[in-house]
Amino acid sequence: MVISEEPTPGNEQHASVVDNPQTPAETVKQPTEERRWEATQVDETVPDDAAAIKPDLPVPDSVLTPTPPLKDEFQEELVVRPLHSGDIYASFQFRTVWETDFTRGMSHYRLFPKSLGQVISKFSVRELHISFTQGYWRTMQWGQPYLPSPPGAELWVWFQDTVTDVDATWKELTNVLSGIFCASLNFIDSTNTVQPSASFKPLGIANGTDHRFLRYATLPREIVCTENLTPWKKLLPVCSDSLCADLVYNRLFFPPSVNFSTAVSIPRLCTYGRCVRTGRAKPQWSLFKMFSRTLTEACPLASSSKIYIDVTDNPQDQFELSPATHLLSQAVVLGDRRTFSVYDLTQQVTFGTVRSLNVLIRWKSTEGDMLRPLLHAERYVAGYGLQTGEIHTLMYNNHPFRSFPVLLLDSVPWYLRLYVHTLTVTSKGKDNKPSYIHYQPSKDRMRPHLLEMLVQLPPHSVTEVTVQFERALLKWTEYTPDPNHGFYVGSSVVSALVPSTVAMNTNITKEQPLFSTFFPTKEESSYFIRAYTEPLLVNLPTPDFSMPYNVICLTCTVVAVGYGSLYNLLTRSFQVEEPNPGLAKRIANVIRKMRGVPPL
Amino acid sequence: MGLLSDPNRRRALISLLTRLNAPICALCYFAGVCWFMGLAFEPFTLRTYMSENAMGSTMVEERFPSGERALATGKEFAAHKKKVGGMPVDWLVKTMQARGLEVFTQSFSRTLPFPDENKERYMVKGTNVYGILRAPRAPRTEALVLSASCSPGDNNNQAVGLLLGLAHYFRSQVFWAKDIIFLVNEHDLIGMQAWLESYHHTNTTGMDWSPLQGRGGSIQAALSLELSSDVITSLDIILEGLNGQLPNLDLANLFYAFCQKIGVLCTIQGRLQRNDWDSVSGYSHAVQTMMLMVMKQASGRPWGDHGLFLRYHIEAATIKGINSFRQYKTDVTTVGRLLEGMFRKLNNLLERLHQSYFFYLMPSLSHFVSIGYYMPAFGLLAVILLLRALDLWVQLVSPPSSPGVLSVLTPLVISHLTGAALYILPTRFQEIAVEHFPVSETEAVVLTVIAVYTAGLALPHNTHRLLSGEGTEQGWRVLKLVAVLYLAVLLGCTALINFSLGFILALTLVPVAAFVTPHMPKTLSAVVLVILSPAFTLLFSVFFFQELEEMPVSFQDGWQLYLSVISQGILDHYLYGSLVYPLIALMVYPCWLLFWNILFWK
Repeated sequence: MVISEEPTPGNEQHASVVDNPQTPAETVKQPTEERRWEATQVDETVPDDAAAIKPDLPVPDSVLTPTPPLKDEFQEELVVRPLHSGDIYASFQFRTVWETDFTRGMSHYRLFPKSLGQVISKFSVRELHISFTQGYWRTMQWGQPYLPSPPGAELWVWFQDTVTDVDATWKELTNVLSGIFCASLNFIDSTNTVQPSASFKPLGIANGTDHRFLRYATLPREIVCTENLTPWKKLLPVCSDSLCADLVYNRLFFPPSVNFSTAVSIPRLCTYGRCVRTGRAKPQWSLFKMFSRTLTEACPLASSSKIYIDVTDNPQDQFELSPATHLLSQAVVLGDRRTFSVYDLTQQVTFGTVRSLNVLIRWKSTEGDMLRPLLHAERYVAGYGLQTGEIHTLMYNNHPFRSFPVLLLDSVPWYLRLYVHTLTVTSKGKDNKPSYIHYQPSKDRMRPHLLEMLVQLPPHSVTEVTVQFERALLKWTEYTPDPNHGFYVGSSVVSALVPSTVAMNTNITKEQPLFSTFFPTKEESSYFIRAYTEPLLVNLPTPDFSMPYNVICLTCTVVAVGYGSLYNLLTRSFQVEEPNPGLAKRIANVIRKMRGVPPL
Repeated sequence: MGLLSDPNRRRALISLLTRLNAPICALCYFAGVCWFMGLAFEPFTLRTYMSENAMGSTMVEERFPSGERALATGKEFAAHKKKVGGMPVDWLVKTMQARGLEVFTQSFSRTLPFPDENKERYMVKGTNVYGILRAPRAPRTEALVLSASCSPGDNNNQAVGLLLGLAHYFRSQVFWAKDIIFLVNEHDLIGMQAWLESYHHTNTTGMDWSPLQGRGGSIQAALSLELSSDVITSLDIILEGLNGQLPNLDLANLFYAFCQKIGVLCTIQGRLQRNDWDSVSGYSHAVQTMMLMVMKQASGRPWGDHGLFLRYHIEAATIKGINSFRQYKTDVTTVGRLLEGMFRKLNNLLERLHQSYFFYLMPSLSHFVSIGYYMPAFGLLAVILLLRALDLWVQLVSPPSSPGVLSVLTPLVISHLTGAALYILPTRFQEIAVEHFPVSETEAVVLTVIAVYTAGLALPHNTHRLLSGEGTEQGWRVLKLVAVLYLAVLLGCTALINFSLGFILALTLVPVAAFVTPHMPKTLSAVVLVILSPAFTLLFSVFFFQELEEMPVSFQDGWQLYLSVISQGILDHYLYGSLVYPLIALMVYPCWLLFWNILFWK
């Protein structure tokens, strides 16, 4: 087992593969290659090139946009995906593209929000990714999300290599962002910031990997609330009556939405939002039901404004969609080939004669069976008592015959003192030696533990990573106002190159053209996903704060009276003292002394 | 302290203490017992009150409507249980899934150290089924547990039905902030132990279990449900857990508050509350209720499925439906509403339950005795030991002499070896015993315990054989000084953890320790000493407990019960990690043997 502070060359190679799985060729044709099909047509007749539209990419793609430089553009889209569990997954993406050099200091802003533009230029930010999430993404029920994020707040930033004091800049940046997003990002300090060596790579064009310029922090306790939405909304160009305005803000975050997340990525400002709503999806779901309104027009500023409905399951006649659309598009999303119905809001014909669009899904059967997600991770604290414990991280590889490597990142606060010698990695009952380990020990009240390792997950297995820890005693001012609630440990991050599910589909039950078997190469490839485990809630030994004053008083008294007097008794030597003579006797003695007679 | 630094006054004080030692000790003993009996007198106790703000002032509504449906589910469960002849795992999985839970199963197996004759089990194999209702917006960090055990026969079917009904109802609510785990455990405590060990990935008792697939984060509170009839007259709350641990008092307060709000009769120790505290019968009612709690706590065993949660710092209680012949009946819908209310309040918790007391006794549900009030009773008994030790010390110091270390160390070592034999031999030699004697394994274990215990009484002779010379007058004094201080420390520590056990042991052992000398009439003292030994304390406790439960037994039945209590105590130790048996065998019994040794000092 190699423990090193610096990434090994082998890992660099891995990380560069991880970076940006989709090639530019796939995505470049997004706006143009859309075709009209009849809805009844067999999907697989489309040429593969055209099928590569990614309606909602988890990462901003490095695309050469057709627009000339220094011109900005705004796009918006909504992807709706009915889930097998009967829930509805809605994912928004608003993208503002502005090919400009922020370092020169800009003065004129049109679509791009000025607040963020100034932040980018002032702090020399190369890349910034921030997300606020409420609730845990249930991978086993819902599959992989398009944009994974851990519960709470997550922020990771790549700085330009012109920045000299990265830590100071980072601190200032988090404070500024805290103001912009109305969130407690100012609680990010050196005790919860790490510099991952391999897990987070820049997604943009420049591909420098000196992790001195990277900072990563999570706040698992951050509660996301409507007050975080208003600043988020302000990042968008003003739209009153379209996707971005009412649709998102009026209804996104209210029950029965069970999981929602907002995220912002720079460069190529992308603001994301996603939510999952339960209970109301079957037997009928509609835009109106979800957002309490229908759509009447697109945002006038948007160059593209689309709604995608995932209809991949429709061939089995699980549900029907109305109004039917003639536009279909196909994409390989997260290694799986999906078909989408597209509603282009920029065209008036979409809204029909009633001048409003209300997409409706009617379910024909209530049963659904989902393919188990290939990668799934979870974590828990083992043991009892308040002295020691053990963190268990479980990573499931559900692929029947392919193994794949994952990069596990664990950032543990200093008050859990990890015993790294107890670190074990086992899969299928055998020791699984990580090929790369990067461990940075914590410093009390200074920085957290950072543990990164590259582990190969065998096919169809559970890999368990365990490490023991000791709970530290905090100083009494370091406890939170609710110490008996426990202390949070942020989610572990599992980054992986997962083999495509399309290639996994060996039994050809679906009707597909015979010639399609000639071209398996492209979809054989792996794709990159990031999975987050749940955060942990760990109890630390907590004094009884309900009566500190009584305790202090009592302790002081006991120490002073008990110890003091006992010490006195033990150390003093006692002598029997003559009883004090009376006054008359003393005078008599003085006289006797003067007379030279021995005293009485 | 000036009192002690002045030699004259010190001398006076010490001479007073030595001169009046016996009367002071008797007075302390009497005062301790009186103090303890006074604890149940209502004006001396405190009213219970809700300390936790998150559960106190918040309003919740209880609207659980479908008690009838829950009963129907319970009947269906019973039918499937009968058909399968055990836990209907498939049916439970399907039913829980239909109610929208994430369902997981866990299998476990355990071979008991010797057959449990009360429950007729030896090689136990079973499956736990649990479903997790995910809180809509919580990140899986906190959970609550509702459990019902799948009992043999017609027991507890209604509890499982109500559990499934509540799961269905809770699923439609949006306000849950903590995951709720609905657990149906097989083989009651063994299944619960397997589930809890697996959830926390510990193995303290050597059980085989399969790892859990789904978790809900750190469990904040748990309720365990026992319900065996369609209508009930009252609900009983059971608090006593493993090793005498109790849940936070706020959990009992919560139960009481909801019973008051909904109008359900509630009991503790199966006893209703009475208002006539000033009458003799009212007072004796309160004393009996408190004594029942003391006896149960002292036994150190979990008195319901909740008892095992407490080890993991999870506040838990068992709620048991009682159907007696009273007129006033409550239906399952009301019980469901009560549970809904309790869960909604627990759901509101921001921190673990920690505001209220963990150490208390309850003479009734509305009154409690906190640690500050009951500890003086024990303190008065413990001070006797210190006074005796002081007396002995003064006697030893006045003509300074030093008896051999050997004369003290030998009995100490031998008595502890006897204690170790008492702990180890019964389970180790059961096979041999079964081969050579016509007894069952369980009987073999219990009879070995009694045999080793009795054999220990021959200890003084063995000690004397090992000792070089005659025991001196100083010798037994030193030995008694050591033994008295040892007992004081032992009882003090026990009482801090489990007051009831410490107090009951102190009641019988302190008189022995105080007054045993070699110069007493041997036969009479020996009889008294044996009667006050730990084994007889247990025997008396068994009869006393039956008396309190209003189920008096004849001596024959009592003896059988006594034997089974011994075997249960040993089983509790091996199955759940109860510490009473090792404490008695390894510490208390050797300590008592020291006093026995002193009586036969030559």
